[in-house]
Amino acid sequence: MRLATREAFTGFRKSPLLSVLGIVTIAFSLFAFGLFALVALNIRNALQAVEERVEIRAFVADGTSPEAIATAMGDIGSFPEVQQVTYVSPDDALVRAKEEMREFSDVFESGFLPGSMDIRLRPGFRDPATVKAVADRAGTYQFVDDVRYGQEWVEKLYRLRTLATFAGLALGAAFALVAVIIIGATIRTAVLARSREIAIMRLVGATDGFVRMPFLIDGFVKGVLGGLLALGMTWFAAQTITRHMIQTEFFDARVAALGVIAGALIGLLGSLFSVGRHLKEV
Amino acid sequence: MIRFQGVGKEYPRTGIALSHITFHLRKGEFAFLTGPSGSGKSTILKLAYMEEKPSHGDVRVSGLSGRGASRREVAKLRRKLGIVFQDFRLLEDRNAEANVAFALEVTDTPKAAIQPRVHRALAQVGLASKATSFPRELSGGEQQRVAIARALVNDPFVLIADEPTGNLDDRATRGIFQLLRDINSTGTAVLMATHDLDLVRRADYRVIELNHGRIVYDSAEPPPTEAAGGAP
Repeated sequence: MRLATREAFTGFRKSPLLSVLGIVTIAFSLFAFGLFALVALNIRNALQAVEERVEIRAFVADGTSPEAIATAMGDIGSFPEVQQVTYVSPDDALVRAKEEMREFSDVFESGFLPGSMDIRLRPGFRDPATVKAVADRAGTYQFVDDVRYGQEWVEKLYRLRTLATFAGLALGAAFALVAVIIIGATIRTAVLARSREIAIMRLVGATDGFVRMPFLIDGFVKGVLGGLLALGMTWFAAQTITRHMIQTEFFDARVAALGVIAGALIGLLGSLFSVGRHLKEV
Repeated sequence: MIRFQGVGKEYPRTGIALSHITFHLRKGEFAFLTGPSGSGKSTILKLAYMEEKPSHGDVRVSGLSGRGASRREVAKLRRKLGIVFQDFRLLEDRNAEANVAFALEVTDTPKAAIQPRVHRALAQVGLASKATSFPRELSGGEQQRVAIARALVNDPFVLIADEPTGNLDDRATRGIFQLLRDINSTGTAVLMATHDLDLVRRADYRVIELNHGRIVYDSAEPPPTEAAGGAP
């Protein structure tokens, strides 16, 4: 193991340019992946913020008795999906409308807006299907005139989020594959540069595992360094975006560690792939 | 030791390289493999150190069958073989000592045992004084001695040599050959491929002659009485 480590670092010393190239390639692959992940993370965060505002508004007909409304609210409040039900009287609705649309505040008059039951759903129940189901049930009360919940808006939101997740996964996988191939090629160059040594090693009875070890260490170290470099570049990118464009959230420590582990895996996989191929040939 | 039994070797592109090869190299024996270029000498040696697998028949070396041996078993076997080539196959960026030590380092020999064994092997080939010289600073004969020291350092039971004097002048050739004889006299078997007939005549060792991938003469076996080709 000590000899293998020494051999691995001899490789670094003997071909520094190639080694740096390998590390930078891993770093750029992971950086591209990291940038996308950053975008996906921030889209998801934004979606979550918007999602929290998803609300079902059941408009109550004029002259409905407060008791009927209270009973309905009790019923709706006991649905497992529902977090909170609040009654917004016509006067409250007017105040809110004036606040939300200040320019038109003088247009609104008392009694202009109907009262409503505003229903908020628990997190995890804010998907379009649940929203629609709850809205339909709220609509079954006779005194409910109309139910609004921004159906289209909710569905679009979800489609966007699904798209972002899948695009992230697909592009991430593609980038990772490219990184594996590139690091495989870099390690292969290192393997070929040392093919004479490998041939002699095998001739004097070194096992495949022994021959492989220095390259695996080499790939692993390059992967970790590439991962760290990518992490640094992604962090810098996030900072720059925050400073010049929009507040961006960065990965937490667990995700950052996963990124570096991914780098190590790419390095290991790449070298395993190319040394394996070389050993099969000789 | 090394036993070839009805061995044939075919390559997908170049066709039949060897057929009906049967011989047995005994413990401590010295045997020449002779024959023109392309007659199959190197292929026999490759089969002996299990770089190649036989297409027919079987090769057994120290009890290990060439047909079914795993890569790991082959690696372990090679630690008991010494292999030498015409082109020396030294690492140019390491001195003589490091080249010999390499064979021990890559086979997990304890560090403390390496130095004394390297010195002993270099002394055995007469190069104790050039331990720190790099290959480019050594003559061809000396480089081959380093290669032989590397082959000897694991105390092999057989030395397999593929044209070890092919790149050397007469004087160096005589020196290397004498060294191989000395090694053989200590009990190590030697299987040496050569097309240098002068060398073969100079010693009274077993000669296995090949032509077109077949054994046409083996001084240790009675000449075949059948019309064609030896054992199937």
